[in-house]
Amino acid sequence: MNDMRIAERATSVTESKISAKGVQVYYGDTHAIKDVDVEIDDKTVTAFIGPSGCGKSTFLRTLNRMNDTIDICRVQGDILLDGENIYDPKVDPVQLRAKVGMVFQKPNPFPKSIYDNVAYGPRIHGLAKNKADLDDIVEKSLRRGAIWDEVKDRLDAPGTGLSGGQQQRLCIARAVATEPEVLLMDEPCSALDPIATAQVEELIDDLRTKFSVVIVTHSMQQAARVSQKTAFFHLGNLVEFGETGQIFTNPIDPRTEAYITGRIG
Amino acid sequence: MSNHTSLYTVSDNVRRRNAVEKRFRFYGLTAIAIGIVALIVLLSSVLSNGSGAFQQTYVTLSVHLPADKLDKQGNRDPEEMKSVSTFGYSPLIRDAVVARADELGWVMPEGMKPKDMGALISKEAAAQLRNFVLANPEVVGTTIEIEMLANGRVDGYMKGRVDREFALLDSNIDVEQLDLVDLLIEGGNLEKRFNWAFLTSPDASGQRPEAAGLGVAILGSAYMMLVVLFLALPIGVAASIYLEEFAPTNKWTDLIEVNISNLAAVPSIVFGILGLAIFINFAGLPQSAPIVGGLVLTLMTLPTIIIATRASLKSVPPSIRDAALGVGASKMQAVFHHVLPLAAPGILTGTIIGLAQALGETAPLLLIGMVAFVKEYPSMPPEGFFDPASALPVQVFNWTQRADAGFVERASGAIIVLLVFLIIMNAVAVLLRRRFERRW
Repeated sequence: MNDMRIAERATSVTESKISAKGVQVYYGDTHAIKDVDVEIDDKTVTAFIGPSGCGKSTFLRTLNRMNDTIDICRVQGDILLDGENIYDPKVDPVQLRAKVGMVFQKPNPFPKSIYDNVAYGPRIHGLAKNKADLDDIVEKSLRRGAIWDEVKDRLDAPGTGLSGGQQQRLCIARAVATEPEVLLMDEPCSALDPIATAQVEELIDDLRTKFSVVIVTHSMQQAARVSQKTAFFHLGNLVEFGETGQIFTNPIDPRTEAYITGRIG
Repeated sequence: MSNHTSLYTVSDNVRRRNAVEKRFRFYGLTAIAIGIVALIVLLSSVLSNGSGAFQQTYVTLSVHLPADKLDKQGNRDPEEMKSVSTFGYSPLIRDAVVARADELGWVMPEGMKPKDMGALISKEAAAQLRNFVLANPEVVGTTIEIEMLANGRVDGYMKGRVDREFALLDSNIDVEQLDLVDLLIEGGNLEKRFNWAFLTSPDASGQRPEAAGLGVAILGSAYMMLVVLFLALPIGVAASIYLEEFAPTNKWTDLIEVNISNLAAVPSIVFGILGLAIFINFAGLPQSAPIVGGLVLTLMTLPTIIIATRASLKSVPPSIRDAALGVGASKMQAVFHHVLPLAAPGILTGTIIGLAQALGETAPLLLIGMVAFVKEYPSMPPEGFFDPASALPVQVFNWTQRADAGFVERASGAIIVLLVFLIIMNAVAVLLRRRFERRW
């Protein structure tokens, strides 16, 4: 573990963006998330780590209500985004998801052109007044996705024709194109090779200046490299949540220590 | 002794497994071979029986049109000339045959009458001649060269279906008449040509297979396919999208799903009874009309389209839906912008296969009266949907029931036309799938 880098990245901002209180998630009769409280800070990368099936992806998907698409899934408790409960009946998940973007485990560009992939979100939300506006948004988003230089000459080429790492950065560009405030990433590098992973990690660090980023990862090294805050989930419980440096160097809970030293998982 | 065995010796266990695999491959090959042989037999029988229907024998003769018989008023008014029926025209044709035979040096054999010589020309020819004269009244009083259909037996003789041995047993033709046919062939009056009329003209009565065509049946089938396409595709796709993407999973949707699968297996004649009861007896729609046929076939095709559409919607990876929802698309936008375009090739293929199935369906159409003898073309849609019409498979069924051997040939010809349409539809399905298939 590179302690130097962890220390270097300690955050100074402590303004809370999302605050979850007493969140319970059920899949039918299964109690998947048990009473989780988390404060996610603005302009910070928060990592969720834990063994497979511990509920970290489930919890991530409650943050933009992607779980709504699953019939048997029920969510209880409060999740406040800037003080507003996102599970309030008045909230339309469509508007929420424009504010809370998401990048998935497997790169999933639309089978359309690179341009249309990025332009889709701004188009359906009416963010561009005209074609020139849209061109600007697409370019800005692709630059933020650190992929502009690679694709600027072939914006009409299909997004599915890119390499895996490029596809994932395209998906990140697509997610940031709607100007979200929070970016959720569900194991964004698990399908990528080490070079593409490094590029995406670097990108995540850049994104922190503009967004609050929440990343689910299986790789503890990755959590240590990119995040300022880390949450450790185990069997649906949030076991420990704190500064990344503290979690990796001085965990309080014995289960956290067991996990990061490779004894459970 | 160690357990070590050489890789060069094959163990009994492996040998047995290899033998099983070899046998299985042999069974598979045999099954395929049987299928191919059956297909070849079927196609060759249909083709050898039916190819004759695409050829037709025509007789070209100089026919004198006497003004005193055809236009008694002498004013060349088609309306008044209509009073002369086809019975007024057939003697003219008979005389033309006799005259041509005399020119070629025909010696009338014992017992043959001029009537027998006129019988070489189709009974339909008198109607053809009358229509021609009514359309061109100025030809009355002159002698014209006109091409007429030969009698079905003469046509059969030209195609090798009828020979002298056969003529001895057949009361419709005798050996002397065939001798005259040979003479007319020498004289260059008989000619076999491609039979466009088979595809365009309407059905004809049982005595004149040479005039029977598929025109009304093709139009009727085409109208029904239009009705099916415009009803079954939108209803089927809308139902599938709702069931697959929006409906909650509960016992009601389960029940609907089971029922759709069951409907796909309901015998088609049941749909015919349903159509008769509901569309004709209850709703009062006309019998033999393509609209009723189309509605019945729509009911029959819907389950096929729904099942195919749901399968292709299911095959779109969920990651595409996630991606769309993740950037804030509504469920409907996710479906219509992303899922449906990806599922389109499968939906189109399913629809075309459903249509092809409907095109070949006979049983339900029999029950709603499409088996009737229809000689009038239905008019253009939309009125044409309510006019009586026939359908291709029903026409096949109809012709196979008629006595004259000429209709066997016609029925096989109709089967070839039907098969060609089916092959075209399936080829379109394959092409569409290739054209629009996208990988992700």
